[in-house]
Amino acid sequence: MKPKTADKIATTFIVFFALLIVAILIGLLGYILVRGLNHISWDFLTSAPQKIRAGGGVGPQLFNSLYLLVLTLLITVPLGLGAGIFMAEYARPGKLTNFIRLIVEVLSSFPSIVVGLFGLLLIVNYFDLGFSLISGAIALTFFNLPLMVRITEQAFRTVPKAQKEAGFALGLSKWKIVTSVLFPVALPTIITGTILSAGRVFGEAAALMFTAGMSSPRLNFSDWNPLHSNSPLNPFRPAETLAVHIWKINSEGLAPDAIQIAAGASAVLVITVLLFNLLARFFGRYIYRKLTASKRVN
Amino acid sequence: MVGRIYMSFCVLLLIVIIVSMVYFVASKGLANFISGRVSLTDFLFGTKWAPEAATPSFGALPFISGSFLVTLLAALIASPLSICAALFMTEIVPGWGKKLLQPVIELLSGIPSVVYGFVGLSVIVPFLRDTFPGQGIGVAAGALVLSVMILPTITSVAADALSSLPQNLKESSFALGATRWQTISRVILPTTMPAIMTGVVLGMARAFGEALAVQMVIGNAPFVPRSLFESASTLTSVITLSMGNTTMGSTLNNALWSMALVLMLMTFVFVLLVRMLERRNKI
Repeated sequence: MKPKTADKIATTFIVFFALLIVAILIGLLGYILVRGLNHISWDFLTSAPQKIRAGGGVGPQLFNSLYLLVLTLLITVPLGLGAGIFMAEYARPGKLTNFIRLIVEVLSSFPSIVVGLFGLLLIVNYFDLGFSLISGAIALTFFNLPLMVRITEQAFRTVPKAQKEAGFALGLSKWKIVTSVLFPVALPTIITGTILSAGRVFGEAAALMFTAGMSSPRLNFSDWNPLHSNSPLNPFRPAETLAVHIWKINSEGLAPDAIQIAAGASAVLVITVLLFNLLARFFGRYIYRKLTASKRVN
Repeated sequence: MVGRIYMSFCVLLLIVIIVSMVYFVASKGLANFISGRVSLTDFLFGTKWAPEAATPSFGALPFISGSFLVTLLAALIASPLSICAALFMTEIVPGWGKKLLQPVIELLSGIPSVVYGFVGLSVIVPFLRDTFPGQGIGVAAGALVLSVMILPTITSVAADALSSLPQNLKESSFALGATRWQTISRVILPTTMPAIMTGVVLGMARAFGEALAVQMVIGNAPFVPRSLFESASTLTSVITLSMGNTTMGSTLNNALWSMALVLMLMTFVFVLLVRMLERRNKI
């Protein structure tokens, strides 16, 4: 075959497969949204699920997912920032640093079900926190923390060196440079990364089945005292999240409209993740402009 | 000073988490072998999984083979597609190719795994049922769902590798009169192969550990799969389904922990592979 013909054939193949991926995404999103959107209504989003009858909603599950996300971020963001800044600015190259880097790598590639099982063993049983929101949040911390560390470290590393040197030239201490020179510049990247990781946490299910539990108690949405057992805010109650709910009704759903509920819940989940994506872009740009009084090129 | 102490605490916490994770999973996973209730060879190579029989047997080969099979198949399907996508972004149409595919990849990786499972259950399974013999659920369905899930991982790593290739390598090839495909197949792909393989291994690690999406479409029959359209199980799917129904400390429960230990050890293998590939990539 002539090289020119081979080149044409190869190019056609590459373009075809690349466009196939685009088609897969459009098909996926289209299917989820078309199937799910006409099932979504205010009632679906707020009412409690039905066990056997049709017409249940996903209200408590949606709330649980959001609340669990908030709890998880409250734990992971400060811890991830601390470890990430350490890795970027303080860790000296050597065996220990390499070891920590290996740990972050291993921890972030552990299957989420193993993380969930570890949570079951240690938090649910050993620390006796039971199937609860707080157990779920801690398990998600194991899952999300390596990601936060990496996000923070990369954000700090991309800050131009001149900024740091200018700080040193002014006679500032290292800590002062970190907090008032590097941190503001790195913040937009950190926020973007955090919101993207929040999307991942929001859709996570395997790690939560054995920690946050697969059921929700009857919630009383007029009782906001976090110490009451029926209060939505109580962190020690079991909580089934939206993603776990989708898995459950697909595997063992008894309601006659289980498929529609799964479709509606999937659409809610995907739309939320899309919103997180948009929010991440918007927020990153907005804060960058606020903090640095300059326009970013991209 | 306070900042320094706090940061050291954060790093220490990471170390504590991983050490305790390895310790707890290993101690639970090895319990059956240490007490002699199940022998290691029976567990790894036994084909009969019958925990509730009169003489229970705990052969995990059906699940181990299922896991490896779907992972390999998923990688085989996804790798060519991903490499094409990466080439499209970096070599064919670098400008709008990247603008088009970058958000596609990001969105694909953002879709939660249960949603993939749901779509697999309601689209891929009926399709396979109508076109091929069998029930539709099975190894093929699991591999197809997984391959879409790992597409973004492989594509983004491969695209990074391709775009970091020194420009003069390509230019000298073109200067010699090579066509674009000759340049891609003889210069670009061979030089970036270790880096692309890193992406493939990362994708395989994700596929091996994925639990719920696979569980929903694979059928969960405890047999070594003999055909692609036969119902099978993976390590993750059997853990997902059985862990909640067993009592802590029973032989069955410990056997499930042994499977979790296998998953964990495989993660180490994948990380090791990635590290080796990265080292080769540097030279």
